[in-house]
Amino acid sequence: MFKILKYSFFDLMRSSWSYVYFGFYLLLGIVLLFLNNDLSKAVITLMNVIIVLVPLIGTIFGVMYYYNSKEFTELLLAQPLKRSSIFLGQYLGVAISLSMSLILGLGLPFIAYGLFKSNAIWDFSLLLIVGVFLTFIFSALAFNIALSNENKIKGFGYAILMWLFLAIIYDGLFLMSLILFEDYPLDKVSLIGTMLNPIDLSRTLILLKLDISALLGYTGAVFKQFFGTSFGLIVSFLALAVWVGLPVLRITYKSIKKDF
Amino acid sequence: MNIQLGILLVLISSCFIQAQTTTVCKTGCNYSSIKIAIDSAKSGDHIFIKKGIYKESNIVIYKKSLHITGEKGTIIDTQNNGYGFSVEATDIIIKNLTIKNIEVSYIKEYAAILLFKSYDFEIENITVENAFFGFLIQKSKDGKIHNNTISGEGKAEADSGNAIHLWHCENVKITNNDVRRMRDGIYLEFGNNSYISNNYSTENMRYGLHFMFSNNNTYENNIFEANGAGVAVMFSKKIKMYNNVFKKNWGTASYGILLKEINDAELKHNTFEDNTVGINADGTNRIIYTENTFKNNGYAIKVHGACYDNIYSKNNFLYNSFDLSYSGNLNSNKFENNYWSNYTGYDLNKDGIGDIPYRPVKLFSYLVNRTPESIVLLRSLFIDLIDFSEKVSPVFTPENLIDNQPLMTQVTW
Repeated sequence: MFKILKYSFFDLMRSSWSYVYFGFYLLLGIVLLFLNNDLSKAVITLMNVIIVLVPLIGTIFGVMYYYNSKEFTELLLAQPLKRSSIFLGQYLGVAISLSMSLILGLGLPFIAYGLFKSNAIWDFSLLLIVGVFLTFIFSALAFNIALSNENKIKGFGYAILMWLFLAIIYDGLFLMSLILFEDYPLDKVSLIGTMLNPIDLSRTLILLKLDISALLGYTGAVFKQFFGTSFGLIVSFLALAVWVGLPVLRITYKSIKKDF
Repeated sequence: MNIQLGILLVLISSCFIQAQTTTVCKTGCNYSSIKIAIDSAKSGDHIFIKKGIYKESNIVIYKKSLHITGEKGTIIDTQNNGYGFSVEATDIIIKNLTIKNIEVSYIKEYAAILLFKSYDFEIENITVENAFFGFLIQKSKDGKIHNNTISGEGKAEADSGNAIHLWHCENVKITNNDVRRMRDGIYLEFGNNSYISNNYSTENMRYGLHFMFSNNNTYENNIFEANGAGVAVMFSKKIKMYNNVFKKNWGTASYGILLKEINDAELKHNTFEDNTVGINADGTNRIIYTENTFKNNGYAIKVHGACYDNIYSKNNFLYNSFDLSYSGNLNSNKFENNYWSNYTGYDLNKDGIGDIPYRPVKLFSYLVNRTPESIVLLRSLFIDLIDFSEKVSPVFTPENLIDNQPLMTQVTW
């Protein structure tokens, strides 16, 4: 598995897309920091970018890489190798190289700006951790979609739809159901609803460290207990880990069953 | 002229001759008990209490003008038995003492110092520890309360009292006090023409500062931090609030300032930081909010019904989750020339005023008011989309609630 991982990783590292991705984050970091002059506010803006763009790029990259390396995969399949290690190796190669572009691209300008001397370092590390989680989650989901669809166009279509659903449509439905059932106690429902969408979950996690904390009091005891304590933080991270684990399990399962 | 001066000199010197200084200490002074010293003192006397622990309580000063000073380390332990001092006198000074362990009662308002119908009083450098009430001042006039530290250990509103409580008082100056862990930090009930400044009020269960039926008061340069519900100004007129800092008041019913039935007040140069709600205005008329800074609050300002002719101008709204929540009609309230960090317009003629009006009320804040749980969707892409569409064509938010001349740069003063 590690050999394939290494191969995929270096293959991607050499590809120009990784550099574009890296360059984009580098530029974003520099522009935000040096035109803004306010580290905390830059972190908020970055959050908006991360929870929308990182899943999108993870999804598209995952699908694209799978379809592009299909011939190579089929060549590998002819070798005496475990199927799960081929696909997991490829998946990890994509996810790790994307995460690296993200961490380096955002990290460098922040370090140059003097992050280590600032109080925002925890907010910023949380932001990066969440970004890495999102990359892993969405490239795994993308691999799932690609594995289930032979047709490239269909695969891309489903992948974009999935992103659209989790990033926007889900929140719309969520909001509508909250308003529809506003006569009932909703705090637990809304907590569960947040857990069920990795984008919502990441957003809440970051907001907890930023401005929502002032609003915590406004929403009643359950929220305060959950979000105000480290228990909430641990549960949220566990939920994110589950979101990585489940699609990865399905990748192994599906790859063993699949007829090439 | 010379004769007059002479008479004056004689008068002054006769004053000095009359005033006697008695000392109190365990051994070797005029008295060993504060109570006895006070009982045997004449009006105009000075009493100096040397350091040591005095287990006395319910010390009564009745119709006697006394100046009582302590040495550093003078502690009066009332041992949970009634009042510390109970005073009814004119020209009274109490200074440099520590008063401890005031009795908690559900029937009487026991205080470290109770002043009743006292005029020209001065309370300075008193430390009250484990207080029920700190200073309870009733029907008094013309006093100064400064440099005191009052702290309590009450667990609930019911079994704790207020640090400085004025009831039917006039013309009192409350400065440089540190009040914490009480019910209300400073409470003015029917207190008029008073001046409150440079106090630090924190961790109080109810309000840091509380006005009830109190008119013509000024408070400035105070810091109110992490109180149950910040500062409450209720049923009062002509209150001036300058240069205060309100921060970290978090909770379902927590505000920087709670304004309820207030007329003709002025808020200037105040800072509201990290509060759940910066200002909660309910039934306020003719209030001028100018040059205040609202930073990182959940809501900067929440306006409920029955508010007329309020003017919000030249304020800084910086990074609040919501700048404004508004119920009802605009009612001739004005928002003008404020700086909004969320403003995205431009200024083509470079006059420092944005060319596009700013709408401070967002659709999402309206939704959160309806279903508070929807706050989990804050800053989601979907919410940004509906906020944007509401901005383009307002349906739910008041249409004429606009800042027509938003500033491009922060207001400084």
